[in-house]
Amino acid sequence: MAATQIDQELDARGLLCPMPIVKTAKAMKELPAGAVLKLLATDRGSITDVPAWTGTTGNELLEWHEEDGTLVFLIRKAAD
Amino acid sequence: MLTEQELTAGATDEAIRRIVREELDQAAHHDTGAKHAAIIASKGTLDWAYPPLILATTAAASGMDTSIFFTFYGLNIVHKDFERKLKVSAIGNPAMPMPVPMPTFVTGLPGMGPLATGMMKSMFRGKHVATIAELLESAQDLGVRLVACQMTMDVFGYAQEDFLPGVEFGGAAAFLADASKAHVTLFV
Repeated sequence: MAATQIDQELDARGLLCPMPIVKTAKAMKELPAGAVLKLLATDRGSITDVPAWTGTTGNELLEWHEEDGTLVFLIRKAAD
Repeated sequence: MLTEQELTAGATDEAIRRIVREELDQAAHHDTGAKHAAIIASKGTLDWAYPPLILATTAAASGMDTSIFFTFYGLNIVHKDFERKLKVSAIGNPAMPMPVPMPTFVTGLPGMGPLATGMMKSMFRGKHVATIAELLESAQDLGVRLVACQMTMDVFGYAQEDFLPGVEFGGAAAFLADASKAHVTLFV
C-alpha cells in the first residue's frame, strides 16, 4: 500500500466525546480541500463517531487502524 | 437520466432503482433540515448540563446550524455563576454511582450534596471528560447560538447581565422558528 501523504496530525488521545470530533472539525476547517488529517484518538466511541462524522460532513475517511491501543484515522478534506 | 440503451430496452428494475437512488441523494443534499439542530435544555443539574452541550457542539462540528434554548432550570447552564449553580444530588437518584453503598436517608444529610457534586466533578476530571466551561467555550467557538428563555428569566428574577457574554434572549417563538427548519429537535 502506498503511504498517504499526511498534511497535519491531530493528537486527541485521552480526550472523550465530544472533544475528538470537535477538535477534528476545527483542524479540518484550517486545511485546504484535498488535504489529509491524521487523527490519533483513544476514545473507543471514535470507531463509530469518526465514520459518522465524515458521512455527515462529506469528508472522506481514507482508512483507520489501531496501533498499540491508539486509534489512527486518515481523513481527506472534501472539495467544498 | 436513462441511457439510450435503457430507453430502447425499456427501463429495467435496476435502472429505476438507480434513478430513484440518485434523485434521493440529490434531494438529501438540498435538504436544509438535515443541516439544522435545535435543542432545548430544561434541566439545571451538573449531570444534565452535559447532554445538550455535547450534542450541540457535535452538531455544530458536523456542519449544522445549531441552537440551544435554555429554559427553566436549564438557565443555570448559561448563568455567569454556572460553576457554582450546577450541582448533583444523590437524593431521589438511585442511579447515581456511590463509592460505598449507603441508605437513602444518608444522602439527605447536610454536606452530602456538595460531596456528590465534588465526586462527580473529580470522576469526570479523572476520565478527561471536558468541563462545562470547556464545552460552553467550544459551543460558542463553533457558532452554537445560546438562547435564554426570557419568560423563565423573569419568573426567577434574572437580568440579562446575569448571563454569559454572547447569550441571546428569546421565547417559544424563537425556538420554534429554529426547530421548524431542523430535523434534529431535542428536549433535554
